[in-house]
This record gives sequence, C-alpha cells and structure tokens, in this order.
Amino acid sequence: MAIIDLANPTRFMRLTDRLLPWLVGATVVSMAIGLYLALYVSPEDYQQGATVKIMYIHVPFAWLSMFAYTVMAIASFGTLVWKHPLSDVSAKAAAPIGAAFTFLCLVTGSLWGKPMWGTWWVWDARLTSVLVLFIMYLGIIALWRTIEDPIRAGKAVAVLTLVGYINIPIIKFSVNWWNTLHQPASVVRMDGPSMPPSILIPLLVNALAFTLLFMTLHFIAMRSEILRRRIRTLRQHEAAGAAGVARATTSVQATASAHSPKTNKAPVEAPS
Amino acid sequence: MLPDLGNHPGFILASYAVSLVLIGGLIAWIRYDFRHQKSLLAELEARRLRRRSAAKDPKA
Repeated sequence: MAIIDLANPTRFMRLTDRLLPWLVGATVVSMAIGLYLALYVSPEDYQQGATVKIMYIHVPFAWLSMFAYTVMAIASFGTLVWKHPLSDVSAKAAAPIGAAFTFLCLVTGSLWGKPMWGTWWVWDARLTSVLVLFIMYLGIIALWRTIEDPIRAGKAVAVLTLVGYINIPIIKFSVNWWNTLHQPASVVRMDGPSMPPSILIPLLVNALAFTLLFMTLHFIAMRSEILRRRIRTLRQHEAAGAAGVARATTSVQATASAHSPKTNKAPVEAPS
Repeated sequence: MLPDLGNHPGFILASYAVSLVLIGGLIAWIRYDFRHQKSLLAELEARRLRRRSAAKDPKA
C-alpha cells in the first residue's frame, strides 16, 4: 500500500482504529519512564541545580511547538498542490495541539527563567519569535472558525500557514543570529550535544514520549474532524432533501390548482 | 516520595503542575469531541435509516 493510499479517510479511520491502542500504550510507558528519569535519576546541573528538571518538559514542548507547525505546513502544501482529502483535516487537527504545546513552552520557560535569569520575560529574539508562533496558532484557529465551508477555509489557512512558516527557522536560529538571553542550542549542534548522557538521555526519552503524545492526540483529533465533515455532508443532504420535497410539494399544489375545475362562486363584492 | 527539588521547588512543581493540568485538559477535550461527533453521526445515520424504513411503509 502506497503512502498516498492513506489519503483515503475511510482507510485512515480503519488504520488508526488499529494503531491507536498501541500508540496510547507506547505514550504511557515512555512518559512514565521519561518522567521517572527526569525527576528521580537525572543529576542536578552544576550551574542551574535542580531547576534543570524543568528542561525535561520545556525543551520537548519547544520542539513540538515547531514540529506541529511543520506538520501543518506539510499538510497545507498537500492541500494547495494535491488537494489530498486528509491534508486540511490534518492541518486543522494539529493547530490546537500545537498551540497548547507552544503555550506550555512559554509558561515553563518563564517559570525556569525567573529563578535562573531573575526575570519572567525578556523581549529577546527567541522568546519573542516563540510568542509570535503562539499568536500565529491562535490566528490560524480563528481563521478555521471564521470560514464556514471547510474547503474554502482549508485553502485560506494553507496560504497563511505556509507564509507563517518563515518564523520556524527564525525561532531555531534566533539564538545564533542575535545576542539573546536565551542559551544557544545544546542538543542539535554541528559538533554534537553539549550535555552529558545522564542529562541527554532523560531529555530524549521525554522528547520521544511527548512526540508520541502529539501523534496520539493528532490522530484522534483527525478522526473527530473526519466525523465532523461526514455529519456536515449528511446534514446538507438532509436539508437538500427537505428543500427538494418542499419544492416538489409546492409544484404539485400549483399544478393541481391550475387544472382544477372552475368554481361557480360569484365574485365577492367590496363593501360599499 | 517527592524527588529532591533543590532551592527552587515552587518553580519546578508549578511547571509540572501547569503542564499536567493543560495536557490533561487537552486530552479530555479531544476525547470528548471525538465521542460527541461519533454520537451525532450515529444519531443522524439512525434517523436516515428510520426515514428509509418509513418510506417503505406508507402508513408510517
């Protein structure tokens, strides 16, 4: 079966029906291991002390905020170029999940920044570009809700999403391009990660766990969206059927009155 | 047993607590939405079936 065959919503529903229990199980197990490693096994950082434990959730949230947007951008490309039936379903389903992870990235970053930097917030390039990403998510969700027809909404959102994708490399490289209070990349670097395995492994396990969580939630949200569109189609058919019956009834009544025998009633005189 | 949270336990606990609440809410909302759409679809399909059966029976 080719990947493109998955663009069939019915096949997607069948496949995810079988896949989701495994995905939920993998998410729960990896999250339990990741949180255990983060909270009980990983050592304190020599500079930041125990607050490094915030990193084990903050960094996965940051990665997923960009990953969810990348999923939306790929789906948007599919909507505009190939008009895949599942493309805008995928883009629409990912938006609120991406927004939630971005919000959590900002909140946990702020809670980490206060004890380490002495401030909840600074308008540096990294923090500001992530805030812009969060606002873009909200704008995209709003646009989905503004246009009633999902096909038209999908096209408008796809254009907005692809234009907004310019923010993703800005977020990634903001710490290199500008002088920021936020630290530079310490995992995805040309010369390898700058942290020891005792900290890196719990971080990667948590990143995997939250990625599995994203996939699980994304698939369920996509299934909901497919059902929502089926409901919309059924309601439209029902309304069209009702309108058709009403038109037919009116037409039959009009024909019947046109062919009915003339009555011998005298015209009613107007009162003098 | 609580882990050793060093000098800033409030910030660490708040981070995990906010994450737990928001992710819990997100999971609950997504599950509710799926169940809601599923029941709406089942209701609509049942109504269509009834209408078909009603069409077969002229007295209905």
